[in-house]
Parts: sequence; C-alpha cells; structure tokens
Amino acid sequence: MQLASAVDPQLADLSNKLIYSAMVVYTLAMFAHMIEWTFGSRGAVAVRSTEQSVSLAETVAAADTKAAKKVTVTVAGAGGGTTTLTRTAVAGEGATVVTSGRGADEEDGPGAAGTNEKADLAGRIAVSLTVLALLLHGGGIVARGLSVSRWPWGNMYEFSCAFAFAMTGAYLVLLGAKKKVRWLGLPVVLAVLLTLGIATTVLYTDSEQLVPALHSPWLAIHVSTAIFCGGAFYAAFIATLLYLFQDSYRKRVDAGKYDFLRPGAVRSHDGQKYSQVRILMARVRVSVCNRLPAASTFDKLSYRVNALVFPLWTFTIIAGAIWAEAAWGKYWEWDPKETWSFITWVAYACYLHARATAGWKGRKAAYLALAAFACWLFNYYGVNIFVTGKHSYAGI
Amino acid sequence: MSNTTTETEQPPAPDDSAAERLSTAPVESEGPTGIGAFGWARWMWRQLTSMRVALILLFLLSLAAIPGSLIPQYQNGQGQLKVEAWKAQHSTVAPIYEKLQLFDVYSSVWFSAIYILLFVSLAGCIVPRTWQFVGVLRSQPPAAPRNLTRMPVHAAWRTEADADKVNAAAHRLLRKRGFRAHLSGGAVAAEKGYLREVGNLLFHLSLFALLGGFAWASLASGTGGKLMVQGEGYSNTITQLDDFNGTRFYGSQDLDPFYLKLDSFTSKFQTKGDQIGAARQFTANVEYYEGSDESKLKKSTIEVNHPLEIGGSKVYLIGHGYAPVVTVKNGKGDVVYRGAVPFLPQDGNLTSTGVVKVSDYGVGPDGNKTQMGFSGFFLPTAPLSFEGTGPRSLFPGDADPELVLNAFAGDLGTDSGLPQNVYQLNTRKLTQLTQDGQPAKARLKPGQAWELPDGYGSVTFEGYKQWASFNVSHRPGNSIALAGGVLAILGLIGSLFIQRRRIWVRAVALPGGGTQVELAGLARSESAKIAEELAELAVDLQDDAPASEDEDDNAETDVPEEAGAPTAPETSSDPEVPADQNSKE
Ligand code: HEM
Repeated sequence: MQLASAVDPQLADLSNKLIYSAMVVYTLAMFAHMIEWTFGSRGAVAVRSTEQSVSLAETVAAADTKAAKKVTVTVAGAGGGTTTLTRTAVAGEGATVVTSGRGADEEDGPGAAGTNEKADLAGRIAVSLTVLALLLHGGGIVARGLSVSRWPWGNMYEFSCAFAFAMTGAYLVLLGAKKKVRWLGLPVVLAVLLTLGIATTVLYTDSEQLVPALHSPWLAIHVSTAIFCGGAFYAAFIATLLYLFQDSYRKRVDAGKYDFLRPGAVRSHDGQKYSQVRILMARVRVSVCNRLPAASTFDKLSYRVNALVFPLWTFTIIAGAIWAEAAWGKYWEWDPKETWSFITWVAYACYLHARATAGWKGRKAAYLALAAFACWLFNYYGVNIFVTGKHSYAGI
Repeated sequence: MSNTTTETEQPPAPDDSAAERLSTAPVESEGPTGIGAFGWARWMWRQLTSMRVALILLFLLSLAAIPGSLIPQYQNGQGQLKVEAWKAQHSTVAPIYEKLQLFDVYSSVWFSAIYILLFVSLAGCIVPRTWQFVGVLRSQPPAAPRNLTRMPVHAAWRTEADADKVNAAAHRLLRKRGFRAHLSGGAVAAEKGYLREVGNLLFHLSLFALLGGFAWASLASGTGGKLMVQGEGYSNTITQLDDFNGTRFYGSQDLDPFYLKLDSFTSKFQTKGDQIGAARQFTANVEYYEGSDESKLKKSTIEVNHPLEIGGSKVYLIGHGYAPVVTVKNGKGDVVYRGAVPFLPQDGNLTSTGVVKVSDYGVGPDGNKTQMGFSGFFLPTAPLSFEGTGPRSLFPGDADPELVLNAFAGDLGTDSGLPQNVYQLNTRKLTQLTQDGQPAKARLKPGQAWELPDGYGSVTFEGYKQWASFNVSHRPGNSIALAGGVLAILGLIGSLFIQRRRIWVRAVALPGGGTQVELAGLARSESAKIAEELAELAVDLQDDAPASEDEDDNAETDVPEEAGAPTAPETSSDPEVPADQNSKE
C-alpha cells in the first residue's frame, strides 16, 4: 500500500481544535447531568406511582375493549418476586400493546431526573450537549484521518479518541432507540472525558503517516473492532459497578441501615449521634439508588453486553493473529499485547462459563467481570506504556 | 402488577422431572463412589471434567500467562538477546527464574500442564455431551410437567373451545413457529433453539483444531534468516542461510528449494515533526525462482506487511540497514580488500556498527605476515561534532553519511577454525594503530580515503549500499488453526445468541364445562424473550380458544384490587424512607 507521505497541517490543527472543543462541550454536558441528578432528588417517589398508574390504566383500557385478546404472562423473578407481562391484541386492528408491570424486587427507578421538571430539562440539555460534542468529536476524528489520508487509528492517541467516540455513539444510539438509558449519561460522559483527557495529555502525538508495519488493511479491521470491543466492555464495566452499588444498597436497606432516615427516627447509634455528613451521604445514596434501575437490570445488562462482545473480541484476536502472520511471519508469538489479549479473552471466557454453567449469578460473577475488565484496561494502557513489545509504535 | 394467580407469590420451583435442564452440562459429583482404585480414578475423572475444575483451570491459565508478558522470553523475536541482557541485570534471581522456566513460560512444564489438563477436561466434558445431544435430537421434547402454572413463565385462561381442538391448534402454531412439537397425552411439548447446543459444541471442539494447528506448527515448522546487500542473491540451503531453526519434522534437509536476490531496497522516513525519523516505507525489490530452474526467474517486491510466498516458504522483510563499501590497500599499494560490509543498526536513527576483516592483508610494514581489522560506525546522517554524544546518527535517512573507523593489526583469529561473529572483532591478538599517542581514528565521507599510520596503507570509503534481512519461514498448520478460529467464532455466535427453550401447552376439559388452557415456557433465565414468545403464542392461540367472558371480567375487577394490594411493598417505597414500607400499611 502506497501512501501519500504528506501531512496537511491545517487539517491536523483543525482536528486538535475540534477535539478540544468537544471536550469543553462534554464538560458542559457533565455539569448539566449533575444538575439533573441534583434537582431530580426531589420527587422521585411521585414518578413511580404515576408510571404505575399509567401502566394500570393502559391495561384497564385494553381490557375494556370487548373484542380484545388479552394474555397475562407471569414470570418468576430470581429474588422471589414476579413480573407480569400483558400482551393485548385489539381485534380487527391487529395492534398489540405490551404493558409490563414489574414485580417486587425488580423495580427500576425512574431515572436521574425523577419527576422534577427542572431536572428533566437539565437532562435534556445534557443530552443535546452530548450530541453536539459527539459531532465535534467525530469531526475531529475525520479531520485527523483526512490530514494524513488514512484510517485515523494509528497510535494510542487516535485509538483513544475513536474509542471515546464509540462509547458516546453507542449511548446515543441506545437513547435514540428509545431505551431508558438516560441515567447512563453521567457515567458515559465521565468515562469519555477521562479517556480524552488521558489521550490529549499523556498520549498525544502529532498527526503523521504510519510506520510500515501498520500499512495494512488489517489496521482498519483489527483496530476498529478492538476499539468497539473496548467501548462495549467499558459499558458493561459501568453496568457491573452500578450493579454492585445497587445490590449493596438493597442489602443495606434490608438490613435496616437507612432506618435512621425515617421521620422521627432516632438519629443515633450506640448513643452516638449520626453526624450531619453521615446523614447527608445516606440521603444522597438513597436518592440516587432509588432513581437508578434495579440491580437485576444492571446485572442482565452487563451480562448481555459482555456476551454480545465476546465473539467480536474473539474475532479481533484472530484478525490480529492473521495480521501478525502477514507482518512478522508468525501468527502468535506471545508478544505482550498478544498475551494480554489472550489473558483478557480467557478471563471473559471464565466469566461466561461461570454464568452459563456454574450458575454464578450476582456478585461472584460480577467480580469476575471486573477482573476481566481490569485485564482489558491493562492491555490497553499498561502494556503500551510499561511493557515494550512489537506493538510499540511511534508516539507510544 | 396484575397477577391473577396467587401461587406465584412463592418462587415457583420448576418441575424437575419433566423440565430437564436445558443444558446438557455434566452433573457435579459429590464424592468418590465405589471402593478401591477404580472408584477413586472415576471420582478424579469426574472432578477433572466438572465445570468447577474447568473454571479453575481457565482462571489458572490466564494467571499463568501473565509472567511471560512481563519477563523477557526466549520465544519472542530477538528474545535471546533480551533474556541475556535481563539476566545480566538481575544476576541474583536469574538462576531461580531459569529453574522455574520463567524465560520460557509458554513451553514450561507448568504452563503446559495447565492447558493439557484443560483440554483433557474439555474432551471429557464435550465428547459425552455430544453423544448426549445426539440422543436429545433423536428423542421427543420432554413431556409437559404436571403443573404448568408452577413453571417460571406461564399463562392460563378459560375458554369454551374444545380441549382437543385447542391442543391441536397449539401444536400447529408451535410447529409454524419452528418448534419441534409433539402432541400426546392431552398436552403439547415443544422445543426450539437446538443450534445453541450445536454452536456450543462446535466452539469447544474447534478449540481442539486451534490447538492442533498450534501443535503441528511447532513440530513441523522452521525459520531461517538471511541478510543480503543490494545485488546479492542466495540459494535457500543450509550453507547459504545465516541461521536456521528447525523442528522435529522440518530439518535443514527439508528446506524449500528456491533462489532469491535482493535487487534494490527503498526506504523513506519522516522528515519533520515530533515523529521525525519514523519509518514510512520499506520496499525490497527482489528476483527469485522456485526449484532450480533459472529460466523461471520472476521479479517481485517484499514489504513489511507483504511477504513473498515461494514454494512452501514465506519470505518476510524484517530488517534493513547500510553496508559501506570500502577498499583497503596494503603498504605496497595492492588492493587487499574490496567489498560492501553490512553494519548493524543500534538505534532508531540507524547509527550502525560493524567491522571490516582483512584476512589476506599480506605482509605488514615490519615484514611479517599480518592481518588487519577495522571497527567503527556508519552514520547515515552524521552530526558536525561527536562532542558529548559520541558518534550518533541524527536521522535514519542518508542525508549526510559518514564512516568512522578505528584500525587494528595482528591476528584476527579467523584461522583458528572456530566460527566467528562477522559483526565483531576479536581484539585479543590485535593491536590498535595509534597516531601521536592516540588511537588512530578517521571520519570519512563517501569517496574519501584514510592514509593509515605507520605505513599500513590506506582505506577508502567508496560509498555504501543498503542491505535487507529476511526471515524465511515454513509454517504448516496455519490453515488448520485459522479454520479452528473461524469455526470457534461461528460456534460462539450460535451458543451465545440463540436461546434454547421449551414450551408446553395443555388444554383440559373442566368438570363444570369449559376448558382450562395452560401454557408454560422454560429457558435460560438470562432472557426475558421467552415471556414475550409465550405471550405471542397465547394471543395467537386465542383465535382458536377465545377467553371466556367472565375471565375478562375477572381481569377488570382485579385491577382496583391490585392497586392497593399489600403484596407489592417495594413499589410504594419512599426514597427518603426506604425501609418503613411495612409500617405504612
Ligand atoms: C479451553 C478453554 C475453554 C474456553 C475458552 C471455553 C469457553 C466457553 C464459553 C465462552 C462459553 C459460553 C457459551 C455459552 O454461554 O453458552 C462456554 C460454555 C460452556 N463450556 Fe466452555 N470453555 C472452555 C473449556 C471448557 C471445559 C474444559 C468444559 C467442560 C469441563 C467446558 C464446558 C462448557 C459448557 C458445558 C458450556 C455451556 C453450558 C451451556 O450453556 O449449556 N468448557 N465455554
């Protein structure tokens, strides 16, 4: 593959400016989300009962239609509660309305904004800002690629930009598909800012042509799937963390750890008064956890994403091996990057095994998922920075 | 919250006898059964093939792979050199590491033990599973459990339609949905998603193909190295290769016969910015023919990602550098040496070191037979002064090339018959030439000559050529491993994305007239899809089995009752007061 050796400095400069602007807008979005979470703490209860009544009302309406075919399916939940799913087909029109009520232990919270209108507005602004940031961010990546007429992922800085882009993109696609994932906004924006921050400070390299080892169509295939897998593993990691957070909250509630917040409850323990800080922290925890989706929702989400990505990660490794065969003559050399990809792969296989066969649900599986993601993170940052191998190219 | 059935308050336990597990994973065994060595052997075998041990072995495998990524390995490219350097630096722990095979992790006893055990476990798990699965395919889906409403996903209603007709309709609908359905004993049993098992088995079995490819490659592959200066060629035989690593089934006599010549070499480097000096293009233009038929000479190029396939070997471009061309004349003015000598790069800017050995120098100024050796640097872009830095190239391209030489006279040791490193001078029996009490040294630009001190003659730096080094690799088994990899991915997709699930339908005539219809589904708990699927089926089934009027009335009257029902404590949870739900009632 012959490449034009020129670099267009204007485009390269534009790319940097766009990335910086995107970071500024992401930061604004982050603030907006924070406002959403703060205002939303006032009135999360209300929304629950409204949602409840809406779904009941729908059921009633459907049942009222005489010609309707209606079926209620009962699903036993893991924690002993039940979920029911009602499907109604209105005769003649062929329309089906699905309403699902959820059982006791699987209640999803209403989201960051609660019922508060100001919070909701802040949330909407945050999402709009995120969209704007994504456009700037995408522009930055495209300009970077154009400035050197190649795929814009030739070094760590470029991978990180693309990776953060994939993360925001995935989140916005989910949101666009009308999934209830706006609560993901804050963690996603934080993760994106962290990634871009490291990229622009520690990993930055000027826009340049590639070393010959990277002149290969496999660059586009192997690296882009690796980036995508990274984004998805990251998302699953966030879900896993939130699962643990939510799960421990439920356990604490069950153990009566928050009883002291009840109006009129004794605000002391063993004769010691609870400090203001302690009370405030507890309030925040309660308020946040009640607005987040249920623990089981997070658990399922993280499993699904990990399971979905695992075949792609397998493909990424195999594509890398094919490329290595073309570049170095051996498809597997136990180069540190290869080794850590393998370790990551085995760790995720371990996690899937644990869930599929050993029946490890919940916390134990979650710890395995965290370990697997730690391997992935080390493979991404650690190996490139601390370990030298054949995967070290110009500018890290 | 429109539960119409009361028994769902408790987690309904699946009826075990009929709803056999959807996975054919082996059952965990408790302890040794039977007596004596046989009982124990069987117990150990069961343990080894249990899922728990598989999990532990997988975990161990990933742990065991870690040290190899942090400690230099013999196996890696240039591993030998790195290992030696590391050992020199850590002389106290090095022997212990060596004992523990930490420089050779991936072929060490302990690493091999883990993966061999894992694969034995895999075989012991997957082979019986395969037979079991064939059995499943040949038999009917398991009959409906007695109490369908105790299954994890279920629905029920009353209808006026005839029970047999409802069952028949359910059977038809399930078939239409691609289920393997079976109507008997007044109930329909149906199952779908067998491809999940197929995928799972395929995935695990293809791991064997991957391992087989690996094993075959490590038994029947060989790699050789060859460095050629522009214009040089060689025949792929053991005598003309610089080095060769064979294996059990590919020795030096098995080398694929061909001829390869390096015509020219092009390199380009980044000339500005913070990646200045980074390589941008390497191309080796070569001529070659397979076998021994010179008339089949062909031209081609070899680049970093584009090896050349000749016969059963692939030729990879792995390195490049400069070879200064020097002419050495002795004291009498006779040309005693002339040639291009490859110098080896020491850094990214191609500061290169090398030696020129003149073994046929003839008679020295003192009248005795002597030999001469030169060692020095080739700098493709030399700095103005070496002050502080020593001879260091500034840029890998040949912008301002210079040759820096020291001269030695005496015995090169080449006649001793021992193999010699062509890139090093054995100075044991050599004396360095001096000038004014200092070691004699010269910085030469192309075309310049250096008059050696003490009448030793002269050295002329005529110019330079590029050289390229190649890896000649014969590796069978790649396609087996690749096929294994592709099948593994396909198998995984089947295994992870397809749900295996069962649905049962039973319509029974009630004593007081009418028919009770019950549906139940069973799938992996990971998916909520089964509920949707059951609902769709139920809606379709209501064409043939419309729900009785009073059933609808029931649903309506249920609603207000449910709204204030005490059975949903968590739904009324107040964010500020999460734990006091009970006191609210
Ligand atoms: C060589 C290393 C192994 C790897 C990389 C591996 C990987 C996997 C993966 C990724 C899955 C998930 C697929 C799913 O969820 O259905 C899986 C499932 C499974 N594995 Fe393995 N596995 C390995 C070894 C073994 C061994 C040694 C056994 C048996 C002792 C085994 C038995 C199973 C079973 C029974 C399932 C699926 C259970 C089910 O879903 O029905 N595997 N394996």
